[in-house]
Amino acid sequence: MSSDKEPLFSAKNLKLITTPLGAQNPITIQVLGICSALAVTVKLEPAIVLSISVMFVTVFSNLIISLLRNTIPARIRIIVQLVVVAALVIIVDQVLKAFAYEVSLQLSVFVGLIITNCIIMGRLEAFALGNKPWPAVLDGIGNGAGYGMILIIVAFVRELFGTGNLTLPGIGAIQVIPDVFYEWGYANNGFMILPPMALIVVGIIIWVQRSRDKDLIES
Amino acid sequence: MDRQGNTYTFLYASIMVIVVAAILAFLAQSLKPLQDKNAAVAKKMDILKTIQIESTASDAEAKFEKYIGENAYVLNIDGQKQEGEAFTVDLAKEIKKDKADQAYPIYECQLDDGSKKYVIPVRGKGLWGPVWGYVSLNEDKNTVFGATFGHKGETPGLGAEITAENFQKQFAGKQLFDKNGAFASIAVVKQGQSAGDLHKVDGISGGTITSVGVSDMLQDCLSGYEKFLKN
Repeated sequence: MSSDKEPLFSAKNLKLITTPLGAQNPITIQVLGICSALAVTVKLEPAIVLSISVMFVTVFSNLIISLLRNTIPARIRIIVQLVVVAALVIIVDQVLKAFAYEVSLQLSVFVGLIITNCIIMGRLEAFALGNKPWPAVLDGIGNGAGYGMILIIVAFVRELFGTGNLTLPGIGAIQVIPDVFYEWGYANNGFMILPPMALIVVGIIIWVQRSRDKDLIES
Repeated sequence: MDRQGNTYTFLYASIMVIVVAAILAFLAQSLKPLQDKNAAVAKKMDILKTIQIESTASDAEAKFEKYIGENAYVLNIDGQKQEGEAFTVDLAKEIKKDKADQAYPIYECQLDDGSKKYVIPVRGKGLWGPVWGYVSLNEDKNTVFGATFGHKGETPGLGAEITAENFQKQFAGKQLFDKNGAFASIAVVKQGQSAGDLHKVDGISGGTITSVGVSDMLQDCLSGYEKFLKN
């Protein structure tokens, strides 16, 4: 890097946020974090809260690992990353239990499962270990948002067609499909609630994204 | 110091673990009072909900005091009052003991219209972890007034639906004892088989193990109150 001071939001830095939303999306392109995309996308509310929690963890784990990057012994770097991620996840869990008890009840096991989210370790290995703290933070925001975006889209589709409702944090379930539809013979698709449907919805998103952006298609 | 050497690696790992452990221990300790209070308030809200009193996190304690207050006590298997604070009884530990040694907490509630309700806490096993709940009975100690359930980690959309209003409202009006006065409990059965039966409610399709868990929980926990309820 040159010795000139780079502006905080230079074009290069902004790209760190925008590429994970599209061409380098952690779920649809890098196919990381699929596991939680299956588990928490039955309803919209937990998907939104989990997205925020994951973003918190990606940002701060990227920051901490990037600050420590020159001191971490190479042989135990994965363990160091894991300890940092696990500590952050426990912090999220404890804070939710103390200040957002209702939400923490709904998310229950899923908060703990953030530790196993491949995106976090993936970004630490691929980015934070080799970059300065500020770009690492931006990369964390970008990847957290890219992950959350897909999670929310999938949850939206699954909850809408699976139960006819949408649940939002702080508001609760809202019936979106009017009762008239049910009288006309429309039925909720129970398959939407089952895990395979999450994979199929993610698959459809990947398909749509690749057919719009030909560069993403491997030869 | 050699950054790749063994000494450095060991030192680094030890210091990191101690620092992280200290931070987490401090955090857990400082947040514990808040978390315990949240859990207690949530428990009071659940108990109030069974007797159809809506409460929020802010007014749950006042309402609990008003409708229940001191009228909570612990029973033994013979239905007699014994020492102990009903609210602090840990059912998770009690249900592991022998039936005869268990403490059976019960809450007596006086509603605005003067009627008296009994609230009994229950706890059992679901598919992934514990399930629990509260059953409220009318003054006849037989007819169910209301029920609420909670769970640790049942599958969302399937087993977790035991917390849904539609599942819980089925319990109102069901009875614990059959015509001959024998304890019959309330069974959670396959959908569509409960019509007209005073001792059965519809289960959740796709959540069979959780439904059976709720069924067993009611049978196991409520049967311990049999002597008290018959008096």
